[in-house]
Amino acid sequence: MAQLEIRNVTRCFGDLIAVDNVSLNVEAGEFFTLLGPSGCGKTTLLRMIAGFDLPDSGQILLDGKDLANIPAEKRPIHTVFQSYALFPHMTVAENISFPLRMARRSKAEINKMLHVALEQVHLTDKASAYPHELSGGQNQRVALARGLVNRPLLLLLDEPLGALDAKLRQEMQIDLINLQREVGITFVFVTHAQVEALALSHRIAVMDQGKIVQVDEPAKLYSFPKTRFVADFIGHINQFEAQVVKPSHGHLCLAISGLGEIIAPPLEGVVAGDKGVFAIRPEQVRISAHSELTELKNHFSGVVHDLLYRGEVSLYKVKLANGAMNEALLPNSAPGRAELFEVGDTVNLGWRHDAGIFFHD
Amino acid sequence: MHRGPRLWAAALAVYAFLYVPIAIIIAYSFNDSRLNAEWVGFTWHWYKVLLHDHDMLVAAGNSLFIALVSSLVATVLGTMAGIAIQRYNFTLLNFMVLMPVAMPEILLGVSLLLFFIQVLNLTLGMLSIVLAHITFSIGFVAVIVRARLAGLDESIFEAARDLGASPWETFRYVTFPLILPGVIAGGLMAFTLSIDDFVITFFTAGVGLSTLPLHIYSMIKIAVTPEVNAISTLLILLTLTMIALASKFTSNALLKKP
Repeated sequence: MAQLEIRNVTRCFGDLIAVDNVSLNVEAGEFFTLLGPSGCGKTTLLRMIAGFDLPDSGQILLDGKDLANIPAEKRPIHTVFQSYALFPHMTVAENISFPLRMARRSKAEINKMLHVALEQVHLTDKASAYPHELSGGQNQRVALARGLVNRPLLLLLDEPLGALDAKLRQEMQIDLINLQREVGITFVFVTHAQVEALALSHRIAVMDQGKIVQVDEPAKLYSFPKTRFVADFIGHINQFEAQVVKPSHGHLCLAISGLGEIIAPPLEGVVAGDKGVFAIRPEQVRISAHSELTELKNHFSGVVHDLLYRGEVSLYKVKLANGAMNEALLPNSAPGRAELFEVGDTVNLGWRHDAGIFFHD
Repeated sequence: MHRGPRLWAAALAVYAFLYVPIAIIIAYSFNDSRLNAEWVGFTWHWYKVLLHDHDMLVAAGNSLFIALVSSLVATVLGTMAGIAIQRYNFTLLNFMVLMPVAMPEILLGVSLLLFFIQVLNLTLGMLSIVLAHITFSIGFVAVIVRARLAGLDESIFEAARDLGASPWETFRYVTFPLILPGVIAGGLMAFTLSIDDFVITFFTAGVGLSTLPLHIYSMIKIAVTPEVNAISTLLILLTLTMIALASKFTSNALLKKP
């Protein structure tokens, strides 16, 4: 039995269906992420799990017990808020021990658990500081410690890294993964940042317009998106309008208007004439000045239209014969400016016949 | 910006207009003369007279009692109103609580008088004055408490509940400590407003009971003796202390961080 079960939960605000018949299972000890663009209903769902909002229909069960009649303060579920929501009039130690005091734990027990929590988030020397004396990252860690200290069954995290700068964000991601492994508490993480979701989660549920679109492990989600929305939302992807020419064994023959035929991985249930979109990740596209890509079944020539130098990689936007833009990602692994193309260069693009994915309309 | 001498002169004139009368009242309370006309010499005489003026002391006692009781009750009710207005964003409630702040005192005085006599059939006296003072003080407390709450992050109250605090514990450990500066500032404000109120008290006092402002008024109807100057000086001192205390808390109360 899953630790958290969400069964057919729907929540409307007037005419807006914020959460639309969502069902989910989250296993004990899992780092589970709800990912989606802002307004997709992920925060509404989180608030219902926490108990700040109630579903219009459906059930939320924790360890098999319906949470409907349990108010927020009685649920063994704690939340780390986007704004951290630390109590400004309490010190770090008082903030962290607040849930322990509310749970009527003994003084000795509170001291012991507080000590452990402070060490877990490396804030022992800041115990008597006030939140306004700490940096954003430190406040973030106080909020985490406060959420975890009383050992909830579930910790909900609402875009907790949103307010941090890029460098600190990456450090906190690593801290979060380690902390979650250490305490073994189930995390339900809400974010719109797909990179963060991929880096942190055991499983990700992608939400769009109140519905769950796909639930999968990060690598599966990235490599085998089930819909165009997921493909487009997680990372970058090149898209071409395409039509099935011939579905044969082991591969799919597609026609892209103005470019010709390509070979794509097979898809069940398509017949000749079906229309859809062929999508391929920029890092799967090879780029070369010479014609050596002819060993690849899918290859085209184009003109470099834009170039984004990103340090570790360069992103080339190449205009193909049919006018479509194709992005190719090239690692800058060679020393210096080896094999760097300039805007206006004519180049060859190609990808393996088993790369990419076809979405049937 | 260049501040020309004319601007300085104008500012000086305004301040003089505001403070010279007060300065004169204070100065003449130490004047060794029956008349507020010319300076004769320094004396504590009028303060001694004041101390032996039974009627004056009774009026002062009444005023203190009324101010204390009405400001305490108004603080409790005003705090509750401030929280309710902030939390439920209920326009009518907002209007109803804040109306007495904006309403002309004379109107409030007359309507309270009619209400007490015709509707409640109350004998005018201590109770009616206290009720009247509570009525006009609540709004001031509510405004200050609400301003304090508006400056706080809403999610900290949710966080308290989320971490296991009952609604009462949330109030006790989170809401109340955070709005306390506003509550104190509001209470001091209510006290100050009550102790020097004349118009509303005049309408709701009835006969036989006097407060300090009423008593001073009755004295100057006969003649302004330096005793009035002396009691005015004490009243100014008390009011200034209260305003100083209130503004200390209010400036904190209106800031985001405590």
